[in-house]
Amino acid sequence: MLRGYVIAFLVFLYAPILLLPVFAFNDGTVIAFPLNGLTTKWFAELRTNGELHAALVNSLFVAGTASVLSVLLGLAAARANVRYQFTGKAAAMGLIMLPLVLPEIIVAVSLLVVAVRMFGLDLSLWTVIAAHVLICTPFAIAILNASFQSLDPSLEEAAIDLGCTRPETFRLITLPLVTPGIVAALLISFTISLDEFIIAFFLTGSDPTLPVYIWSLLRFPRMIPVVMALGTILVLVSIGILVLAEWNRRRGLARMGAKDTGGFL
Amino acid sequence: MSLNQESKRGLTLIAPPFLYAMALLAGPLLAVLVFSFWTQDYLTIDRTPTVANYTRAFTDPIYLTILGRSLVISGVVTCVTVILAFPVAYYVSFHIRADRKSLWLFLITIPFWTSYLLRIFLWKVMLGYNGVINSALTGLGIVDEPLTFILYNANAVVITLAHAFAPFAILPIFVALEKIDRSLLEAARDLGENAVMTFLRVTLPLAMPGVIAALLIVFIPTVGDYVTPAQVGGPGGLMIANLIQSHFGGLNDAPMGATLSIIAMASVTVIALATVWIARRLSGGGR
Repeated sequence: MLRGYVIAFLVFLYAPILLLPVFAFNDGTVIAFPLNGLTTKWFAELRTNGELHAALVNSLFVAGTASVLSVLLGLAAARANVRYQFTGKAAAMGLIMLPLVLPEIIVAVSLLVVAVRMFGLDLSLWTVIAAHVLICTPFAIAILNASFQSLDPSLEEAAIDLGCTRPETFRLITLPLVTPGIVAALLISFTISLDEFIIAFFLTGSDPTLPVYIWSLLRFPRMIPVVMALGTILVLVSIGILVLAEWNRRRGLARMGAKDTGGFL
Repeated sequence: MSLNQESKRGLTLIAPPFLYAMALLAGPLLAVLVFSFWTQDYLTIDRTPTVANYTRAFTDPIYLTILGRSLVISGVVTCVTVILAFPVAYYVSFHIRADRKSLWLFLITIPFWTSYLLRIFLWKVMLGYNGVINSALTGLGIVDEPLTFILYNANAVVITLAHAFAPFAILPIFVALEKIDRSLLEAARDLGENAVMTFLRVTLPLAMPGVIAALLIVFIPTVGDYVTPAQVGGPGGLMIANLIQSHFGGLNDAPMGATLSIIAMASVTVIALATVWIARRLSGGGR
């Protein structure tokens, strides 16, 4: 009975995503049943839409920059958290991890108030990047914490005893062992930033990111099938990235001989 | 290595992420607080500190109605999500082979990472008059007329949010269940408890930390969700985030928007702390 329930739950989880390709290939602008016929014209329309391409380039730039910056900050925080003891650690980590539980609209509003009303800055892709770094860092830390925790400290001690300097030890011993974690953190941060809407909605200027552009399309019924086609591609790409991240994370744990304790968080 | 040098290295490492969070999180939150005591008259901001916005928020019924509705909807979403999630977490922790567990967790989390906007939009397709659910129900002859109480109201918001936050609830419960020493369960059975009593008296109390974490991790972000009420909520399903957004956008009254943000955050914090306190009392003396 429990097994049946869990399968029903998984169907519930996947139902909306499975509908995406159904309507992406449906030859009709009304997103409802019954279906009309098979077509690939919505995918063809994606190729010729210049605004969409611009939004995609913006999103890739934002997600690329934000993920690199979040992983750099995440590396420092996770290393400090796992390896060192110092006063104020819990409070500092609490503040850094806070965006994980803060409603995103609060983050968006507070940055909007500061950027526009207090400093009179112009909104641009950089304001979105700054905010995305803030919300992606906690996810990067969660993954990197696990990587550093399964790192055997005696390996680093051995390197130092054998005459390596601290930077050399980090580059030759620590970094290779946590690289799979770094890659997984990069991919997850990239996915989060690519998919994030509400903060980007508040903080983009004239250049929309992909989710903000999709949001503007949802108001036009004629464009909905095109959005479904775009969504189908995005879901496939995201799943590809996630599979890569998960594979990397497991490879890293296996390399260090650690036990796999579950998912990303 | 001396302890002093140790903490110096730790502090140096944590400084960049900490300062970043101070500058882009703590500072701006403080700015919102300050801002909420200002007022705006058309385009000019009056910087004289006043509680006028707060007075308005607590006297004008529209603000209290929508805040109350947000908290109730999120409360219902939280309970529904956690109740639906518990058996799934239990199944993965107790009935899945150890080497398959991470694959299952991966399967459960995939939908959570992708196309947030479109997942919510697709619930509109699922719940609509000609939607998937109504087509199925009328097609199977279960109902004569399509159901209309499942879209453009609070029910639709609850269903959609419960779907969106399901993985968030499963993960902390799963972690808590994994930590339970299986020999305790065997001991309970050996001492004559039946399966149901073992679950109620051993498994459930030990899983409580995970359940509390799940309650909070679902409740806090759902109160501030903007997209779901805007897409499937209709006029009767609007929530506090929609109100905040309209004050920054169309209504052009940013200080009032800031005030509403502060009130929303304060309410969420009070409810979250109360939940933790009550749950600790219930599960026996704050341990």
